[in-house]
Amino acid sequence: MADLLIELFSEEIPARMQTRAAEDLKKLVTDGLVEAGLTYAGAKALSTPRRLTLALEGLSANSPTLREERRGPKVGAPEKALEGFMRGAGVTRDQLEEREEKKGSFYYATVVTEGRPATTIAAEVLEKTIRNFPWPKSMRWGAGSLRWVRPLHRITCILTDENGTEIVPVDIDGITSGQTTEGHRFMGGAPFEVTSFEDYEAKLKKAHVILNAEERAEIIWNDATNMAFAQGLEVVEDKGLLREVAGLAEWPVVLMGDIADDFLGLPPEVLQTSMKEHQKFFSVRNPKTGRIEKFITVSNMETKDNGATILAGNQKVLAARLADAKFFWENDLRVAKSEGLTAWTARLSNVTFHRELGSQSERIARIATLAKELAPTVGADTALAEQAAQVAKADLSSEMVYEFPELQGLMGRYYAEAAGLPTEVANACEAHYSPLGPSDDVPTEAVSATVALADKLDTLTGFWAIDEKPTGSKDPYALRRAALGVIRLIVENKVRLSLKQAVESALSTLLKVEEWEAAAKGASGDEAKQLEHQVQHAKKIIATVPSDLLSFFHDRLKVFLKDDGVRHDVIDACIAMEGNDDLLRLVSRARALNTVLATEDGQNLVQGFKRANNILSQAEEKDGVEYSYGADVKFAEDDSEKALFAALDTAEAVITPAMSSEDYAAAMEAMASLRAPIDAFFEAVQVNSDNQVVRRNRLNLLSRIRQICSQVADLTKVEG
Amino acid sequence: MADTLPKPRSFQEIILRLQTYWASKGCAILQPYDMEVGAGTFHPATTLRALGSKSWAAAYVQPSRRPTDGRYGENPNRLQHYYQYQVIIKPSPPDLQALYLGSLQAIGIDMELHDVRFVEDDWESPTLGAWGLGWEVWCDGMEVSQFTYFQQVGGHDCTPVSGELTYGLERLAMYVLGVDHVMEMPFNDPQSPSPLTYGDVFKQTEEEYSRFNFDVADTEVLLRHFEEAEAECASILAQEQIDPKNGKRIVMAHPAYDQCIKASHMFNLLDARGVISVTERQAYIGRVRALAKMCADAFVQTDAGGHAA
Repeated sequence: MADLLIELFSEEIPARMQTRAAEDLKKLVTDGLVEAGLTYAGAKALSTPRRLTLALEGLSANSPTLREERRGPKVGAPEKALEGFMRGAGVTRDQLEEREEKKGSFYYATVVTEGRPATTIAAEVLEKTIRNFPWPKSMRWGAGSLRWVRPLHRITCILTDENGTEIVPVDIDGITSGQTTEGHRFMGGAPFEVTSFEDYEAKLKKAHVILNAEERAEIIWNDATNMAFAQGLEVVEDKGLLREVAGLAEWPVVLMGDIADDFLGLPPEVLQTSMKEHQKFFSVRNPKTGRIEKFITVSNMETKDNGATILAGNQKVLAARLADAKFFWENDLRVAKSEGLTAWTARLSNVTFHRELGSQSERIARIATLAKELAPTVGADTALAEQAAQVAKADLSSEMVYEFPELQGLMGRYYAEAAGLPTEVANACEAHYSPLGPSDDVPTEAVSATVALADKLDTLTGFWAIDEKPTGSKDPYALRRAALGVIRLIVENKVRLSLKQAVESALSTLLKVEEWEAAAKGASGDEAKQLEHQVQHAKKIIATVPSDLLSFFHDRLKVFLKDDGVRHDVIDACIAMEGNDDLLRLVSRARALNTVLATEDGQNLVQGFKRANNILSQAEEKDGVEYSYGADVKFAEDDSEKALFAALDTAEAVITPAMSSEDYAAAMEAMASLRAPIDAFFEAVQVNSDNQVVRRNRLNLLSRIRQICSQVADLTKVEG
Repeated sequence: MADTLPKPRSFQEIILRLQTYWASKGCAILQPYDMEVGAGTFHPATTLRALGSKSWAAAYVQPSRRPTDGRYGENPNRLQHYYQYQVIIKPSPPDLQALYLGSLQAIGIDMELHDVRFVEDDWESPTLGAWGLGWEVWCDGMEVSQFTYFQQVGGHDCTPVSGELTYGLERLAMYVLGVDHVMEMPFNDPQSPSPLTYGDVFKQTEEEYSRFNFDVADTEVLLRHFEEAEAECASILAQEQIDPKNGKRIVMAHPAYDQCIKASHMFNLLDARGVISVTERQAYIGRVRALAKMCADAFVQTDAGGHAA
């Protein structure tokens, strides 16, 4: 048993790629070793800005010798066939064996694959790994053709066992493996030899390198929070940033600095974003006021002035950055206060949203039209909803959002407030982008919800109209997320809406068919032809998009309800019903059906229903008639048959009104109550009686089962 | 690591130290290109020489113009005309990072007191059809240089790969000299009989050009110049490779590339005048890129571009 240590030392690896790359190194090497017949006890992947490290424990010293017996051609087969067999097996004539079998005499060869030492295998596997490494982006350097994320400088690769340390010999385009490495770029001193992973890790620490990214992150977070705490402050948590800065230093040193008073009046989000995006600083907040008052920066150096020079430099850069942000903020506020948000919307006519879908201002006009239409349905004030839609994207032309696109919406809210717009409108500027993901909150204020719905529906309809639908893993316009947003807005705000109508209306706003038709009538020659062509194309879109988009919504709904534990066949059973573009209704139906199917009665009812339906369908097919009317209790012979008549009457009396009042739970429960009488009926009675009158009556009875159950859901779609 | 030199006292001393340093590392010290460019990369010593198989090592100051960045000389950090220091070495030497750090020491940055970091930044110039991987180099949180391994220029793979270093000289110098406003930075030695600040040299021109770039430059003329340069570039490259006058094979990659530079600058001016919409912007960039590609195609047909006679 031996331990394997691999370090690939390069120029600075982008922080975002380090962890993944270390894991890839682990996977590729361990897979390769195992495939070659070696075993190992444990493996650990580590990374710093300049190195990927893999430490493997308990690696077998050799791969096992394998013996494999192969049957060849028949004795007496053509010479060519025999030669081919011997070549494939790597044996000579005298190594062949003849064996008598039922079908004659055959040649046999024993192929022996000799075991190989771990060093040889590791060297091969490492070379292959380096040459085929899955970097998201890689490069060449100097005059070579090797690709790595940045120039690769050194390969350390050693096997250590009780007899000592052995270098695994690898030579890749002139980079020869060894047992040397080096520490921190500025504080690490001279390169040094390592003999094992433990030795390597300890020497690196002495040379100012902390090998483990998690350990670095922990040091940063602990030092940062302690430093803030000592002054009664708290660090604003940001896991992504923590991960990133832990990937930018081999020896993290945390420093805390001040934000000049001049800038403390900026919105906290602006401070936070500017510091994070440009400087990779953490924000430090005063928990009493909620204000951001200081920053934390992480350097990669211990200095004799305890970081004073570094901190002063960082502070200076920050001041310049924040001066910019303050300049934008003040300019924007001035515009918002003196000219209002419409000054910005006007400018959006020069900004393309999508080549085929027009400018941002055309898009805003469509959203406003749709918001106005949707407002009563969602329960919002129509005028406010329209106004909110008109200004919700105004901040896209503000200077601050130009500089920090991620502040879109939020700045809109600040500026709408500054412009003195109603609170609902200001809130909608920010909230209409939500929900952005499955964990993001859905806006509940009616005006915000209306604009959010209108925005997402316009996007979906637009991209569907130009046939830019998501395919496979490609969804560049985040349309799946938009559809999920629509679903959640409808369901969580309990909005009763015909999606199909909403989509049709969005389409007619987008396509303006009537205008084109009128224009086509007025035009002549080629122009008329072109307009007519446009009209026809638009009509085709109007005819196909609503139902196509609706089934996309249904697919997303399945994903959405799956998280609630609703089975997809249950949803299918409900989608098959009329009014399936009313998602709220669809969801409550599906949830009720799911609940009832979870009971024993529910499960068995489905069986009974299917049995009834099958018998009925077969009979209908055979007889060429539809048994759908006139089951009469007077032809009932058996008690169970009479009982079923009674049960159906009772159930129907509950289900029909329950369905029209959309009390799905009650309807489902009534349906489930049919389980016992249906089971009893099938137990006691042969439907296909010799007596034709009785048979017909029973088939008509089955038809009542089908009819009653089909009011609730299409149970044929339910599995099991 | 080499020793850190004492702190320089002026902007020009920093430039002179960089010149001396890179000359000592074997670079040819070139002079600025005599045309208006947006960045040091546009100098043919970089753009064109990054192509082909021949070795190359050059360093130079390049005055660069970014009309949209004009602030009438009032912003402490932004200028429409500024200096870049550019180093290009092909093939990129294995110790390029160390060489670079040595240059920082040469201008008085003490590695034991400062925090120098290489932060991912992939460089791409859509107008030059060029890209590379590398970093922006941070010193105490400030970006002081761009460090790039060229992978492609003008649509051609770079083999061998050039290493390119670009220093934003004003920003770097302000940091080294501890100055807060660029206009207050000493340009020459403050102890000299006629001490000059950066403002003494450039404040007035910043004002003049800001006004010109934003409000006065005649957009119709600019547009015409753009189109003329575009046409001229194509027509130069359409010439026979053999000069009919002397029968020599002369591919005019550089004269054509001058037109590409000109078109690019015209585009920058048009952009500053705010007459280019977002959609048109892409189209203009595409047109300049097409010129850059044609020039790159031509350059690899020349001797300097590695064409075997």
